[in-house]
Amino acid sequence: MGEVIVITSGKGGVGKTTTTANVGTGLAKLGKKVVLIDTDIGLRNLDVVMGLENRIVYNLVDVVEGNCRIKQALIKDKRYPNLYLLPSAQTRDKTAVNPEQMKKLADELREEFDYILMDCPAGIEQGFKNAIAGADSALVVTTPEVSAVRDADRIIGLLEANEIKSTHLIVNRLRSDMVKRGDMMSSDDVVEILAVDLIGVVPDDENIVVSTNQGEPLVGNDSLAGQAYMNICRRVIGEQVPLLDLSGKSGLLAKLASIFKKNN
Amino acid sequence: MGLAEFFKKKSSGNVAKDRLKLVLVSDRANCSPEIMEQIKNDIINVISKYVEIDAEGLDIKITQTESEGNNGTVPALYANIPIKDLKTPKK
Repeated sequence: MGEVIVITSGKGGVGKTTTTANVGTGLAKLGKKVVLIDTDIGLRNLDVVMGLENRIVYNLVDVVEGNCRIKQALIKDKRYPNLYLLPSAQTRDKTAVNPEQMKKLADELREEFDYILMDCPAGIEQGFKNAIAGADSALVVTTPEVSAVRDADRIIGLLEANEIKSTHLIVNRLRSDMVKRGDMMSSDDVVEILAVDLIGVVPDDENIVVSTNQGEPLVGNDSLAGQAYMNICRRVIGEQVPLLDLSGKSGLLAKLASIFKKNN
Repeated sequence: MGLAEFFKKKSSGNVAKDRLKLVLVSDRANCSPEIMEQIKNDIINVISKYVEIDAEGLDIKITQTESEGNNGTVPALYANIPIKDLKTPKK
């Protein structure tokens, strides 16, 4: 039986879709059978981040409305044969799907996949309710900013109220240079405020923009963000992995490495 | 207080953390301004039976305090009630 994980944040633009793409791809890299579901109906994004936008035939709403079978709507990833995407509909809105339907869909996919990742839309309305309906656990993404942390706190409360037992935090876009000089909250600060278990810290890394431009998740490559996402994946499957050192030598080395790569 | 601590207090990261802690306490308490106003009025009514207070200067807010047990900071209702005059007992 597979596990259904919702990736959510409350606030928009903190990196839910990037996280879904990278964690999903990383789990596939680790040999798991994974399906990513874009639940943001009307604002389809996960397909372009995954580089699969040209292969869409059917979408989530088609599946729910019975216009096609689930298998027909699943898009196989370019690189990993055990990774699939169920894209969202672009021309409909959140009301096209309800939580019961999402729960049923999740339960069907559970039979066949190890991990079902739900990419949640921003906000706490219908789209959020749809995305969490079938979920067993949640990854809450936040950045070390007051607005994102406040929204994350609200989301964590709502997840608890909806009896999602296991909630883990990802602190995204951390800038260790700013933390060092005291101009950004550290991941410890955020964890202290939200009182929830940390599953990973992802640095603010230009490589993310590059990888998104190319439609190829960077999880597992030697960039800092790639390593950080891979560590998160290992923790998701239950391995004990120490937190990545985001400052100092490793950062410099990774930067040098990326400079050399660009020149080649 | 050392110099380091003095600078630490001023850093924007710590300002953010302190502001968040406060705003989340009232977010979590889910206390609307109307309810706070009612609490305030009720407090005024009760205290006024015994002492004369400055209703204008009365200030209540939900904040955090160190608990006396070992469970860290806990939410607290803070009330600052200026007393004008202890009522002289009748008779």
